Amino acid sequence: MSVLLQTRALTRHFDGLRAVHEVDFALPEGEVHALIGPNGAGKTTFVSMLCGRIAPTSGRVEFLGRDVTQLPAHKRIALGMAYTFQITSVFARLTARENVALAARRHIRGGHGPVMAAVHKALSQVGLDDRAAQIAGDLSYGHQRLLEIAMGLAQRPRLLILDEPTQGLADSEIAGFKALIRTLAADTTILLIEHNMDVVMQTADRITVLNFGEVLAQGTPSEIRANPAVQAAYLGSGADA
Amino acid sequence: MFFAAGMYGLGLAMRHLGLAPAPAFLAGLAAGAGLSLIVGVLALRTAGVAFMIVTLMFAQAVYLATLLFGEWTRGDEGFTVAQASRQLWGIDLSDPTARYFAALALFALALLGCLALVRRPFGRVLIAIRENEERARLLGYDTFAHKLGAVVLSGTVSAAAGAAYGLLFGYVGATFATVQYSIFPLLWVLLGGAGTVIGPFLGTLFMFYLIDLSSGLTSAYMLIAGVVLVLLTLFARAGIAGELRKRLWRWLP
Repeated sequence: MSVLLQTRALTRHFDGLRAVHEVDFALPEGEVHALIGPNGAGKTTFVSMLCGRIAPTSGRVEFLGRDVTQLPAHKRIALGMAYTFQITSVFARLTARENVALAARRHIRGGHGPVMAAVHKALSQVGLDDRAAQIAGDLSYGHQRLLEIAMGLAQRPRLLILDEPTQGLADSEIAGFKALIRTLAADTTILLIEHNMDVVMQTADRITVLNFGEVLAQGTPSEIRANPAVQAAYLGSGADA
Repeated sequence: MFFAAGMYGLGLAMRHLGLAPAPAFLAGLAAGAGLSLIVGVLALRTAGVAFMIVTLMFAQAVYLATLLFGEWTRGDEGFTVAQASRQLWGIDLSDPTARYFAALALFALALLGCLALVRRPFGRVLIAIRENEERARLLGYDTFAHKLGAVVLSGTVSAAAGAAYGLLFGYVGATFATVQYSIFPLLWVLLGGAGTVIGPFLGTLFMFYLIDLSSGLTSAYMLIAGVVLVLLTLFARAGIAGELRKRLWRWLP
């Protein structure tokens, strides 16, 4: 497996606060990788630097073997990244269908038909196909989260970055989400920020733990579960996850 | 400013270069497109209210420039476009009937163009940028290029209006570059409903008749217009078309 994404000494300071400090990270193609850590550990800042939302203070990001540190967000997206927001950020006054169509049109040429086919595929993957005509802002919070994921899927990215996708979802929707991740893993590399340990342990191939902006540990789910430093920092003693 | 650019693009081309109306009209469009490209590239480094102020300052600069080059532009005084040359495809545009239909045709063209635009992918992206620019950027859209495209497009439409005015009424002057001609369209849009296609037209119509009727009653007609504006912004923030869309017809463009 080749390395899809790599960071070297990636750092971001906010006025003296070290949000992310010299993170070296490599993500092989085809992996489902979970990024976990306590609140404020720098997870969202880290992935925001990957997709170009935030510029790093220092360090570099490589995607598909080229240095993309200086590229603006839209060019990185064009290379095959997709990012779904932690705080739901759908276009609230447009329909669900149009939201996904905006995501799909970027890479699908050839008019209305193929775009709509991709839209319906993405919506049915998250189970929202019967709500395509609704205004996104009228959907329930959980459905907006699913719509956000569908927008990521419709871009057919090489790398899908999901920022706390299951936050606010019902248990049945989380089960569906886990199944979805497993089907996607066949042709997409996934970087998942997640607080729900069930989801992490059942879907991730490998896990990276961030704490105070630095990598605390990295390994398979069972290694992470057994790691005493992680237990102390994050899972708490006697973790049952 | 773009209205004046179109007007002067046409007027100067006819006066100093002796062009026929049709190529001069194109010169007016080109002047508007060129100016909006320059202003857009510079002003789009800002956003929101700052963008508005910067463009207004550019408008003021353009107005002062027309005064500075008064030798060619004739400044405040302006100049007329000779009646004999105001002919297009054999139609005399100084004739009131022909003038009305020419203006109507141009308006219809702009309105239909606008309607088509918001249905095209480019227009959809513009709507997405209005709703949430960062999200649009992270869907892979170059939002700067799209916004610049929108500025150039609207600048060119304004220039078409300016060039048409010069041709239809035969007058070209710096008064049309003054700041009130930048603020009035803004009011029309706010009144009619920002973010709608039909809104600016309704706003213009409303404002025109409001001033027309109230000036028949009192000499303080601008006071009435001002009060109505305040009421509308307080109680109908989405504008006329925006409120209609919210309450009656959701499909309203």
